[in-house]
Amino acid sequence: MSGPEQGEKAGSGAAKWYELFSRGARDWLRHDEKVRESVRQHLPQIVAGGEVINDGARTVRVPVRMLEHYHFRLRRAEESQGAGQGKAKPGDVFSDPSKQRGPGEKGPGGQDEGEVQLLLEFKVDDIVDWLWEEMQLPNLKAKVGPSEETDWIREGWDRRGARSRLDRRRSFKELVKRRGAPGATPTFTDDDLRFRQLARRRQPAIHAVVFFLLDVSGSMSDRDRKLAKTFFFWVVQGLRREYRSLETVFVAHTTEAWEFSESDFFKVSGTGGTVTSTGLAKVRDIIDERYNPGRCNIYLFYASDGDNSVSDAGESREKLSSIAADACFTGYVEVSSGLSRQLATEAGRLFAELATAGCAAGSYALNDFDDVWGAVRHFFTAESRAAEGPG
Amino acid sequence: MTEPLSEDWKGYVQRIEELATRSGLAYHPVDFEAVPDSFMMEIAVYGLPVRMPHWSFGVRYIYQLIQRHMGHSRLFEVVFPGNPGHAYLASSNGLAENILVTAHVLGHADFSRNNLLFRRCQEQVSEHIVEHAASHARQIQQAIETYGAQRVETVLDAALALEQHIDVDVSLRRPRYPEYETDPKALADDEFRKRFAALDPTAAPTGIELRKRAPVPPHPERDLLWFVANYAPEMESWERDIFLAVREESFYFYPVFATQIMNEGWASYWHARLLREADFIPQQAYVDAIKCHSDVVRPIAADQQVALNINPYHLGFSMWEKIVEAEGLDAARNIMQQDDDFGFIRNHLTRELADELGLFRFSARSDGQVKVLEHELTGLHEAILSPKYNFGAPTVSATHVRTDGTLELTHDNSVDGRGLDLERSRKVLDYVQRVWRRPIVLTTVNQAGSTLELTAP
Repeated sequence: MSGPEQGEKAGSGAAKWYELFSRGARDWLRHDEKVRESVRQHLPQIVAGGEVINDGARTVRVPVRMLEHYHFRLRRAEESQGAGQGKAKPGDVFSDPSKQRGPGEKGPGGQDEGEVQLLLEFKVDDIVDWLWEEMQLPNLKAKVGPSEETDWIREGWDRRGARSRLDRRRSFKELVKRRGAPGATPTFTDDDLRFRQLARRRQPAIHAVVFFLLDVSGSMSDRDRKLAKTFFFWVVQGLRREYRSLETVFVAHTTEAWEFSESDFFKVSGTGGTVTSTGLAKVRDIIDERYNPGRCNIYLFYASDGDNSVSDAGESREKLSSIAADACFTGYVEVSSGLSRQLATEAGRLFAELATAGCAAGSYALNDFDDVWGAVRHFFTAESRAAEGPG
Repeated sequence: MTEPLSEDWKGYVQRIEELATRSGLAYHPVDFEAVPDSFMMEIAVYGLPVRMPHWSFGVRYIYQLIQRHMGHSRLFEVVFPGNPGHAYLASSNGLAENILVTAHVLGHADFSRNNLLFRRCQEQVSEHIVEHAASHARQIQQAIETYGAQRVETVLDAALALEQHIDVDVSLRRPRYPEYETDPKALADDEFRKRFAALDPTAAPTGIELRKRAPVPPHPERDLLWFVANYAPEMESWERDIFLAVREESFYFYPVFATQIMNEGWASYWHARLLREADFIPQQAYVDAIKCHSDVVRPIAADQQVALNINPYHLGFSMWEKIVEAEGLDAARNIMQQDDDFGFIRNHLTRELADELGLFRFSARSDGQVKVLEHELTGLHEAILSPKYNFGAPTVSATHVRTDGTLELTHDNSVDGRGLDLERSRKVLDYVQRVWRRPIVLTTVNQAGSTLELTAP
């Protein structure tokens, strides 16, 4: 755009100042930042929102409102007067199209017409980071320490080495450093060459497996399962931070027990009664078959509404203590929509006994999505205490 | 300074200006500048070409972007009063639009130079608001560098939340309240004191001992920005400066707000009239410009039968046409100089004109049902004006500062007819409390009409 005559004055050919950056966009970015901050302050609500979990993706979507900069305003009047223009006679009644709301929108709460909703995407890892900060947890200690696995890792440079480990970028830097006069044609000498060095290092190779055991008997409603799913989701996120390789095993039971893939697991619904010991037996079998408790950290989380047949108590107790002996932690969430019996159930009693016996075990009653945050916090603080205890 | 505007257009500017001067318009010179649409949008968002940064402008910016994407609004021009005035024209304007806009801008320039409210505010703020606002922006930028964005934002949150709470009836640069109550009678007329003084001159009470400390504030204070800046117990001087900068800009915005109908009407009247009289404009450009005029100055959107708001361009334009027709141009100029929208609507919007324009008064229920009310002229006037009362804000005044520094604010619900929105008010108190640094108590009424106190923290 700039012609030769403009080039004479320095800078006069440059873009106008207002083309250099957008102040509106700058202030908008600040708004965005504030939204993220405030979302961060409402993590429990996000954790609770079962809907935000985006299967498979490592992000959650959180619908947020635009922030409002508040001013003193009068309360909304039941009836207000205004002036308009057009073909209307006194007594005419019609409805204001701008005030008509969609069926999904809130009635009295919706203050502003034409409100814009934003959908912000958050990385699950970020949220878990924030949760961890919030909970101020010590790093969880694994029951099974790092194995003696070793690995070659890169460490430093040397002037000698195999040709295949020549670091071209580094060598070029050396050339540039050495070159005195600018403009001279650069040529590499042997002194410039740098080779990557390898060293043997012990790598902590901590493996863990989480068993999710879900009661899918007829008494578990859809909502109960969803509650359990939300809880399981955040447990996995939490544990994944601690273990480099984390396996998940999903087992569902009624009077029998089956192992499922993650995708099928939450769709399962069964009928009939509850025999907890079948599920626990299945878990025991899988541990024996596939996982060596000496090499692997085992976690068990059991979600149920707590109704177990009384005759199964002895069997369950036996299985559960055998698992608990090998596991880092066993947790029980009681999902009971509506009636809050607060763990005074058969299954609740089982885990309470376990905890009194000194095993790392915890229970939590999950009545509502708002409780999920509390449950996650409860289990992870309990878990870290349990891990610290035996040392 | 001036971005190359089309040569065609430049040729017309001078001739339009000559025509305007001959028609009696008297204005300060105006600098025209063509700017890209994106910048026009920012001017609309910030209200000034360069203004302080704040996230709330970001919100308005996004709403504007959305509006523009939906094709709702297109800005042709923005003009700032001053000597010289600054007019920004959208560089996407065609020739016809620019001719129309030029005439429109001259109407605004005439208005802002001669209208008393504008003049009074400009005398106080200065005739260089554009430059002043830019220097405020720079001052705040410096504060950000010195004190950090977080602290500056805290101050701006509070100051901009109170931006409508000024008192234009008092001077922009007003002195602090007198520290002592003046009660000259007590000194002069008291027989006892005269006798007492005569007995022993050395024991005579000095004037200072007799004076009583005046309460702060001595009367309910509407100018909250000024009051906080001057009487906050622990405010730092740079924070006061930010409050006063926001207040100065509010003094500039007030006449723009309080004369919108007159001002836009006046500018529209003059662009229509100058265009009619400008025989030098080619036929096609004239037709295009008139089409553009009727798009802007129209009562209701083309696809609607009824609008639940009133287009200030159309209302003002129609009123000025009527006034000039009935009373002549000189009378119209007098009204233009002396009134603001309150006087203008109440005195000059007649029953006949209201009927002719199809203006009506309605009552809207919160569920969206709207009922057209009986014709009643005074009621119609007030329905048009009510959004403009008190700079569009509830009447909240500072009424007392307790000895511990607690600030008492009082909402006058007898004026506003109902109480404050509690949720929002609480947030505003939170903002202000962070700079006042002592508790704040706000008195208003609840739904049932009984007194209610909000406190922060």
